[in-house]
Amino acid sequence: MNRPDTRSSVARKGPLGRLADFLDDRTGYRAVMHEALYERVPGGARWRYVWGSTLVFAFMTQVITGLFLWASYSASAQTAWESVYYIQHEMTGGWLLRGIHHFMAQAMVVLLALHLLQVVIDGAYRAPREVNFWLGLVLMMLVLGMALTGYLLPWDQKGYWATIVATNLAGIVPVFGPSIQQLVIGGTEYGHHTLTRFFALHAGFLPGALILMLVVHLALFRKHGLHAKRPFTRPDAMFWPDQVLKDAVAMLAVMAVVLGVILMPALRAMLLGEPVHAGHLGAELGAPADPSLPYAAARPEWYFLFLFQFLKVFEGWGATGEFLGAIVVPGLIMGVMFLMPIIGNWRLGHRFNVAFTLGVVAGAGLLTAMALNEDYYALWVDKAPLAEAQKLYDETGGDETKLAAALGGDAARIGVVQRQWRKLEKIRHSQAFLDAAKQARLDAARAIELAGRPEKIPPAGMLELVRADAKSQGPRLFAQHCASCHAHVDPRSPGAEAILAKASAANLFEFGRASWMRGLLDPAQVAGPAYFGNTAHKEGDMVSFVQGDLADADQWKKDDIEAVIVAMASEAGLADPGVQPAILERGRALVADGERCGGCHKLGDNGTDLGSAPDLTGWGTRDWLVGIITDPTHARFYGDTNDRMPSFGKAAEGAAPMLSPQQIGLLADWLRGDWYRP
Amino acid sequence: MSGRTADVGPGPAGRRNFLAELLAIACGGLATLAPIGAGLWAFLDPLRRKGAAASFLPVTELSALPDDGVPRQFAVITERADAWTGFAAEPVGAVYLRREKGSGTVEALSATCPHAGCFVEMESGGRCFRCPCHNSTFTLDGGIVAPSPSPRPMDALECRVAKNGEVEVKWQKFRAGVAEKVVQ
Ligand code: FES
Repeated sequence: MNRPDTRSSVARKGPLGRLADFLDDRTGYRAVMHEALYERVPGGARWRYVWGSTLVFAFMTQVITGLFLWASYSASAQTAWESVYYIQHEMTGGWLLRGIHHFMAQAMVVLLALHLLQVVIDGAYRAPREVNFWLGLVLMMLVLGMALTGYLLPWDQKGYWATIVATNLAGIVPVFGPSIQQLVIGGTEYGHHTLTRFFALHAGFLPGALILMLVVHLALFRKHGLHAKRPFTRPDAMFWPDQVLKDAVAMLAVMAVVLGVILMPALRAMLLGEPVHAGHLGAELGAPADPSLPYAAARPEWYFLFLFQFLKVFEGWGATGEFLGAIVVPGLIMGVMFLMPIIGNWRLGHRFNVAFTLGVVAGAGLLTAMALNEDYYALWVDKAPLAEAQKLYDETGGDETKLAAALGGDAARIGVVQRQWRKLEKIRHSQAFLDAAKQARLDAARAIELAGRPEKIPPAGMLELVRADAKSQGPRLFAQHCASCHAHVDPRSPGAEAILAKASAANLFEFGRASWMRGLLDPAQVAGPAYFGNTAHKEGDMVSFVQGDLADADQWKKDDIEAVIVAMASEAGLADPGVQPAILERGRALVADGERCGGCHKLGDNGTDLGSAPDLTGWGTRDWLVGIITDPTHARFYGDTNDRMPSFGKAAEGAAPMLSPQQIGLLADWLRGDWYRP
Repeated sequence: MSGRTADVGPGPAGRRNFLAELLAIACGGLATLAPIGAGLWAFLDPLRRKGAAASFLPVTELSALPDDGVPRQFAVITERADAWTGFAAEPVGAVYLRREKGSGTVEALSATCPHAGCFVEMESGGRCFRCPCHNSTFTLDGGIVAPSPSPRPMDALECRVAKNGEVEVKWQKFRAGVAEKVVQ
C-alpha cells in the first residue's frame, strides 16, 4: 500500500488540513480509511457485486428507523397498539418512518434471498470462505428472527394470532419446546411480558448479535477479497469510487422501491382527486389484539407464508406431521445449507448445491402461490359453471347418497358433481377468508376512528374502548343472541325477503324510527314477516287494530296516522329534526287518547294501566330497549303475553344473567344507531 | 510503534506464567459471569410461573342453550392477571357448548385449535368446525375429520350444570401440536 506523504505539504495547508493531520497523527485514521476504500476489485466494478452492500444498507436503514420508532414505542399490552397508533396516525411523519421500517424489512428478506442465491451459484462458499458462508447463514436466521419478533410489536390482531401459531410451533420442539415457548412468551399467557421479551429480542439481542456477526462477516470478506466472477472482461478497478458508486445507486434504487410502495396509494388518490390520509399510508395497523375475538384472517407476513402452507402438506400425519413440517424439514434444509461448503468439494457437489438451493426457492415459491391461491381463490374462479352443482348441494345438503339418488345413479355425472363440490368447498373456504379479511379491515378502521376521539384512549387501553363500542360490538351480540329469531335487514335490500321469511320475530332494522313505525301501522305489513307475522301476536289485538281501525279511513285519517308515526319516532328521540312541533303534539295526543292507542297502551300519565300492551312512554329510547331486553315479561312490556323472548338480563338467585348490563346497553345503542361518529 | 512502551519479551516460561493465565481467565470470567448470571436468573423467571389453577367458571344458563345438538359459542369470562396488571372480569377465551335433544347435560369444547392455537370457528353452513389457519376440520362433537393437520380432536372441557341452572366449564389450556391432551 502506498501511503501518500502528508507531512511535506503541511506548510501549504489551511486550518482544516492541519486539523486532519493532527487527527491522523493521533489516530491513524487515514490508513484505516485507505484500507477500507482502496480495495482492488478484480475485473472491475460490477452490478452483480451490489447485493451484499444493499443488505448492509437495508440493515442500517432498519437500525436508524428502528431507533426513531423506539423513541415513540411503548411495549406493554395496554400501550403497544396505542403507541403505534399514535406514531402512525398522530405524529407528523410517523407514517413515513413506520412505512420505511415495515417495507424495508420485506426488502431485506428479498435481498437476503438474492444474496444467498448469488453466493451459492457463484460457488463463493468454497475455501477459504466457508466460515464466512456459515456466518452469512447465521445472519440470515437473525434477520428472519427480527422479522418474526417485529410482527408482534404493534399488538394488533394479525400480529397476535400469527405469534400464537409461531410460539405454539416452538412448543413442539422435543424436550425443551415447552420451556422455550414459556420463555419467549414470558409465562403461560400472552401479555406484557410477551411484548417486552419480543421487543428486547427485536431491538436488542438479535440486532446486537447481528452487528457482531456482521463485523466479522465484513472483516472476513475483506480478508479474502471479493469472490470475483470470471472471466474478467475489464481491467481491475478500485472499490472506491467505482464499486461504491454502483453500490450507492443500488441502495438508492432499493430505497426508491420502498418509498414507491409507501407512496403509491397517495399518488393514486391524488390522480383520482381523492383526499390523501397520511395515516393510511405505509404499514397497516389492525384492530387491537383480543384473545376472545376470533381472527379468521390470521396469516403470517408473506415471506413466512410458505412455512405456514407447509404445515397443511402434512394433513393426516397427526403430531408427526406437524413435527416434520415445522421442525424437521426446515431444520434439515438449514443443515444441508450449512454443509454446502463441504458438499461443494465433492464431484458434482457444487451442482448439487445449486440445484438444492434453487429447489428450495422454487418450493417456497410454489407453497406461497398455493397459500395465496387458497385464500383468494373465490376472487378469480368463474362461478357460473358451478351453479348447477351448487343447487344440488343445497338440495341434498352435501350428502353423497342423496346426490346419487338425485342423479339416478349416473356414475359419470356423480363424479363430475363431486369434483365441482370440492371446488365449491374451496370457494367457500376462500370466501370465509376474504370475509374475515374484510371484517378485519373494518374493525381496524373503527378502532382507529375511536382512538382519534377528542377524549383519546382511556388508561385501560384501546381494547376497553373497542369492547364498549356499540357500532362494532352490536352486530356481534345481535348475531349471537338475537339473530336466531330477529332479523335486522333493510327490507328494500336484495335478499331481504328470504331472511325475513326465516325469522321468527320482528325485523329490528331502524327500530325506533319513523320508517319502522310506518311499517307496523301499515295494514299490509303488520301481519307480515317483518312484524308480527311469524309470532304469536299474529292473531293479537294489535294486528286486528291495525287491519281494522287503522285501515278504516273514517276512523283514522292519513295525516293522523302519519302524526302518530312521527310522534312515536320523537318519543324514541329518533325523529327527523325538521318535524313541526304541532304535528308532534297532535300525534302524541292521538296515541295517549283512551279511544285510540291509549285504550291499551300507556303513554306518560294517560291513565291507562300497565299490562295489556307495552308501555309506550319513552318507546324506543335506550332505557326502554334496555328494559325490554332485560325482561320482556315485565308488566311494562309484554307481561304474560310475551312470545318466547328470553329475559336476557334476569337470572336465578346467585346466577349470572345471559347478558351483562353493559352488553344489553350495547345492543340498545346499536339498534338505535347511537355510537361515536367522528 | 511509537516506542513509548518498553518492549516486553516473552516471559519466563513455566508454572508461574501458566498460573497467571489461569488466574486472569478465572477473574475475568467470574466478573463477567455476574451480570450474565443475574440477567439469566431474571430471564428464566417465567419458567417457574404456572398458569392460573383451573377452576369451574360459569359460562351461561342451561335455558339459554337450545337442545338441538348445534354448538354455540360462549365467551369465558374470569379475572386475570397479566404480570403487573389485574383484570376484574375479562373475556379470556371461548368455548362451544352443545346439548343433545332432551338432554340435561352439556358438552363443552375449547375454541382453541389443538393444531397451533388459532380460533376454531363454525363452518358457515353450521355442519362442522373449521380452523381458519390450516383448515383442520372437526365434527360438531369435536372429532377429527381426516385428513387433518391437527394431531388430535378438539379439546373437550369438563362441564357441569350447577343447581341454579348455570353451565360451568373447567377452563384449561392444553399444549398445541401434540397427540396427547396435556394441560399447559
Ligand atoms: S391452528 Fe388450527 S389448523 Fe393450524
